[in-house]
Amino acid sequence: MENMILWLILLPFISATVIGLIYVFFDKSKKATGIYTFLGIMFPVVSCILAFMVVSNVGEDDKIIATAFNWLALGDFHIEMSFLVDRLSAVMISFITFIGTLIHIYAAGYMRGDEGFGKFFAFFNLFLGSMLVLVLAANPIIMFIGWELVGLVSYLLVGFYFKDPENMVAANKAFIANRVGDFGFIIGLGVLFVSMDVTSFDFATIEANFMQIDNGTLALIGIMLFVGAMGKSAQIPLYVWLPDAMAGPTPVSALIHAATMVTAGVYMVARFGFLYNEIPDVGLFIASIGAASALLAALIATYQTDIKKILAYSTMSQLGYMFVAVGLGAYSFGIFHVFTHAFFKALLFMGAGAVIIALHHEQNIFKMGRMKVFTPYIAVIMLVGTLAISGIPPFAGFFSKDAILIEAFATGHYVIWAIGSVTAFLTAFYMFRLYFIVFVSDMGNDIHVHYVSKYMKIPLFFLAIGSAFAGFLNLNGAYHGNLLFSDYINLPDMIGHVSHALEYSLGGLNVLIASAGIYFAYKKFVLGERPTEPVGDTPWRKLAVNKFLVDEFYDAILVRPVVALSDNLKKIVDKGFVDAIINISSSGLMILSEMFGKLHNGKVRYYAFYILVGVSMISLTILFNGGV
Amino acid sequence: MTPEHYIVLAVVLFSIGLVGTIARKNLFVVYMSIEMMLNSINLVLAAFSRTNGTEDGGIIAIFMIGVIAAEAVVFLAMIISLFKLKKSVNSDDFSLLKQRGA
Repeated sequence: MENMILWLILLPFISATVIGLIYVFFDKSKKATGIYTFLGIMFPVVSCILAFMVVSNVGEDDKIIATAFNWLALGDFHIEMSFLVDRLSAVMISFITFIGTLIHIYAAGYMRGDEGFGKFFAFFNLFLGSMLVLVLAANPIIMFIGWELVGLVSYLLVGFYFKDPENMVAANKAFIANRVGDFGFIIGLGVLFVSMDVTSFDFATIEANFMQIDNGTLALIGIMLFVGAMGKSAQIPLYVWLPDAMAGPTPVSALIHAATMVTAGVYMVARFGFLYNEIPDVGLFIASIGAASALLAALIATYQTDIKKILAYSTMSQLGYMFVAVGLGAYSFGIFHVFTHAFFKALLFMGAGAVIIALHHEQNIFKMGRMKVFTPYIAVIMLVGTLAISGIPPFAGFFSKDAILIEAFATGHYVIWAIGSVTAFLTAFYMFRLYFIVFVSDMGNDIHVHYVSKYMKIPLFFLAIGSAFAGFLNLNGAYHGNLLFSDYINLPDMIGHVSHALEYSLGGLNVLIASAGIYFAYKKFVLGERPTEPVGDTPWRKLAVNKFLVDEFYDAILVRPVVALSDNLKKIVDKGFVDAIINISSSGLMILSEMFGKLHNGKVRYYAFYILVGVSMISLTILFNGGV
Repeated sequence: MTPEHYIVLAVVLFSIGLVGTIARKNLFVVYMSIEMMLNSINLVLAAFSRTNGTEDGGIIAIFMIGVIAAEAVVFLAMIISLFKLKKSVNSDDFSLLKQRGA
């Protein structure tokens, strides 16, 4: 079992290395697509099979530790390169590897003919491996390694088309926004470490010892760790990188949004659930940030025109729900939403990617239209995904989102519940806006459809099944289920309870809200006159179209002051102060050397005089010191 | 005649030689000044030898005179070569090693 876990992590790294070596050193023409496809898909498949074997073998209270080697030993204190499999991480790795593999297969079709095919698969496998390290880490240090690796690979992949400077700006933005979060994360870990007296730093030790810490420090740790999650999981205020990260190829977006990266923050909070249970105020803060992010993202998505950006904002919005869940202590509901979201978001992105390929890399939805005629298969698939994210039963999104909203209601956080419900309405509205404009309405565009390969279509089918039925894994009592998933992953949940009648009515309300969203979208974009691109004609629309000017705001309060500061530092401190010191010392040296140079005049009698002076001094010293 | 007299004479000779070496430019004069300094040392050696009643100092002085004679050959030959080079025996004319511009 331990070996299996280690191999499961190691395999994607091996394939990334092998593919990378072949790509860099042996494949001069960059045409060995077959090898890359074979290696790049085979290793994740093996990883996926191993993950399924692991998940089927892990018992309820198992905490299997697989130690690769002892990494650091400082006296009594030691950090091991070890990996922890309990039910939480087992579930995570099984769907990460499964959906990751499907995205790999899809990518083989999407990236066909690209010069960087090999590089792409090397990075892709590395991404998967990094995420596995993050999820399986047995101590926060190893988790941080995975955390950073994920950030690095996302940078590499977002900037994959590096010849366009704009893409590099997006990649840098992703990297820098994540660094800000990571800084918070590492501060949190540092404070956690110094405030406990322990000889190792794995999760079990922390869980056993964290009660030594007083509540104020614990709250600081909780907030700092959550700052890390804000960066990685794109919450207010560090979400700005996520929409720009759409600069990468579409499979990258699918992988970032579905299986890896953005779910890391939610997972981390769930992993530290025992700690967050002690600081409910911080939990409430997390839930509030989540709710605000969900609403903001939904509002922005309503006015976007780029198909991928709409989906990016929808991810941020859904992540907001997840943080509401984990913030309120319903960790398993959060993870369950991660799980269902992984299916329908991968599906939506890959469907969008197929549409983009079919339309020769067109991403503006107002340049599409009537795609259900040209690509009926993708239209059906996308409909499943759209229904799932909108929260229409029996699709997966309904059950996971419903559970979160009921949790908010049951624990008495009515504001968060209300925001969540409004967001649910907006979600249904903007997702069906996308669906109707792209697939149903006639936008009056001349459409010529490009061939979409089988590689891209087959994975969609599996994801559609997942999106349709994954929700049944966690039915609550009201729907005659027994929270199978929550029971299974066995987290320290604090779940509020309401009567079945209330659950039915809240669920019914959700369906009603979502249907209203769909109805408005239908009325506006199908029955109404031909939709046009949103323009900022009223102040509200102007604000919404411009994404509430958040980027501009950050630019004004963060970027420009820093640039101005460094400009002034250059002019005043560097020129006037640092350079002055250097110049004074160098010109002093020049003057001194000029003076000593005068002594060196080549006249032998002067040299004789210098010798005399020297000898005299030595003699005097000897005389005054009374002997040699 | 006490040893002090010899030593005073030697110091006077040495000082004259020193000043001559440093202050004069003519290479011959410089050479002669150096010789004078060496001989002042010889005088000191001989004087101490006499005072102590041993011949050690005298023997060293004899050796030194031999060495000085040999050195004279080299020195004079060098002066002739230098003269051939610049048609001058002024030591200030031979300043190839000075700092440029100084």
